Amino acid sequence: MRGEGLRMTRSLTFRATLLSIAIFALFVTVWQLATMGSGPTVPMDPEYAKLVGATASQGKSAMPGPLDVWLKVWEHLKNPFYDRGTNDKGLGIQLAWSIARVMAGYLLAVAVAIPTGFLIGMSPLMSRALDPFIQVLKPISPLAWMPLALYTIKDSGLSSIFVIFICSLWPMLINTAFGVAAVRKEWLNVARTLEVGTFRRAFTIILPAAAPTILTGMRISIGIAWLVIVAAEMLVGGTGIGYFVWNEWNNLSITNVITAILVIGIVGMILDQLLARATRLVTFPE
Amino acid sequence: MSEDKFISIEGISKRFPAAAGGLTTVFEDLWLSMRRGDFTCIIGHSGCGKTTVLNILAGLDASSEGTVIVDNQAIEGPSLDRAVIFQSHALLPWRSVMGNVAYAVSSKWRRWTKSEVERQSQKFIDLVGLTGAEDKRPAELSGGMKQRVGIARALSIEPKILLMDEPFSALDALTRGTLQDEVRRICVETGQTVFMITHDVDEAIYLADRIVLMTNGPGAVFAEIVDNPLPKERKRTDVHKHPLYYGVRNHIIDFLVSRSKAFAAEIEGRGYDRRRVPVVRPGAPEPVIAADTSMSGPSLSDLKQELIRGRA
Repeated sequence: MRGEGLRMTRSLTFRATLLSIAIFALFVTVWQLATMGSGPTVPMDPEYAKLVGATASQGKSAMPGPLDVWLKVWEHLKNPFYDRGTNDKGLGIQLAWSIARVMAGYLLAVAVAIPTGFLIGMSPLMSRALDPFIQVLKPISPLAWMPLALYTIKDSGLSSIFVIFICSLWPMLINTAFGVAAVRKEWLNVARTLEVGTFRRAFTIILPAAAPTILTGMRISIGIAWLVIVAAEMLVGGTGIGYFVWNEWNNLSITNVITAILVIGIVGMILDQLLARATRLVTFPE
Repeated sequence: MSEDKFISIEGISKRFPAAAGGLTTVFEDLWLSMRRGDFTCIIGHSGCGKTTVLNILAGLDASSEGTVIVDNQAIEGPSLDRAVIFQSHALLPWRSVMGNVAYAVSSKWRRWTKSEVERQSQKFIDLVGLTGAEDKRPAELSGGMKQRVGIARALSIEPKILLMDEPFSALDALTRGTLQDEVRRICVETGQTVFMITHDVDEAIYLADRIVLMTNGPGAVFAEIVDNPLPKERKRTDVHKHPLYYGVRNHIIDFLVSRSKAFAAEIEGRGYDRRRVPVVRPGAPEPVIAADTSMSGPSLSDLKQELIRGRA
């Protein structure tokens, strides 16, 4: 029975992988066909054709094809950390800047949101008192804070960290408060009958019981932070993957833009998977 | 005298604000005392307030009026002196069997080293027959094993009183029987004072020294205390052969079926004193009131005196 079940899952995984590869192949083929040149448009002098470029002479799309992108990706992979001045840095350096900013803002938000969430979850008074503030602040687009941050902090790098902080705060705060408030009464009663003090109760009962919910909030937050950093860096400029995208748009290097989009997706997926794994670690079966 | 009143429930009431305004009285002016080493069961229909009485004893709930005195001290909130075995076992699912018991042990003896805590925990894990399952998580245990952990956890802190809220009601009949045997064995061996809630008549007769009959709510009262005539040494396989077993059983079932509803009418004009709940020792075929309130005093025979245990 068990072997059969295993074989079924294995064949399902196998078929799913096969299908994924097929979809990818189809996508690449369509992409290639759509961007391919249609041959010489009008007869012209080869020297002149070289001058006007493939788009005009061969009817080739301005959009790069999959092969162009792959060559670009390969080029970046071979040399990710070069630095040839302000507007020409390796993809690795730009990513490192973005990840560092996200981490700084995110960890700051963790440090604020989890203790505050505990307070709100444990005290109905604080919950009621802080609720209107949270309800008003939560729906504000993090980028709306940018001018205010730039004006008060007077540093574009720190301002983008602040924007990350503010956008990561709410999901973690709300999930922590909810997780803490929803700890089963019977577990709290166990602590009460054992005369466990407030601090020990917070760390030995409430924290482990609320951990899965808190980690889920942290996972939502890292996702949002990674979404927002690209936009924030486009605004403040200087360094980072968001700035890279905007800079390459100004250079009209669509190949680089597509490469950056791909990389942003992959890094976002890795961040999400890390938090998903952490969530699984603290989840307890009942 | 104070040995007779190791636990003394003195005039406790519980009222809730009713939906339509005003107050709902769950129970009112309850009086009961228990001796050290006694196994007392409360039996009554759901909703009569048994669990509230137990929670007040545990300190998890506060009474609207009245006090509970344990070992000459009025209780104020929960205490390590009073261990609770919860109906839903209430194990911490992220801790192992050892972790759950050790959590209680290290809460009681905060300065103990890890090895001292583990030695004490192991002793009680062995006592409830879970040797070898120390590293299992609650999710990997059967219902009966979970409740064993709950029992080990409660006993490991060596409480003055063990409070049990229908501890076996969620278990299948076979497991329930085995666990009842073990709880009885452990409690008799250690002389543990136990207060237990149940709605199972046979369980009450098998386990308890005294069975308190509680009427239906709202406004529930303790109607009678049944003094269990079974000997202290009893076996599950033999209890029903005791000549008085069916007398006791029928008396309790009669109470649950009819008298628990109509108790107010029954005591009308009879001068029922809430502070002196009558102690009865039902025999076959008719239950006899061994001690009526109006008869209490020096005129009673020695035998009757013996039966009025647990009184002021």
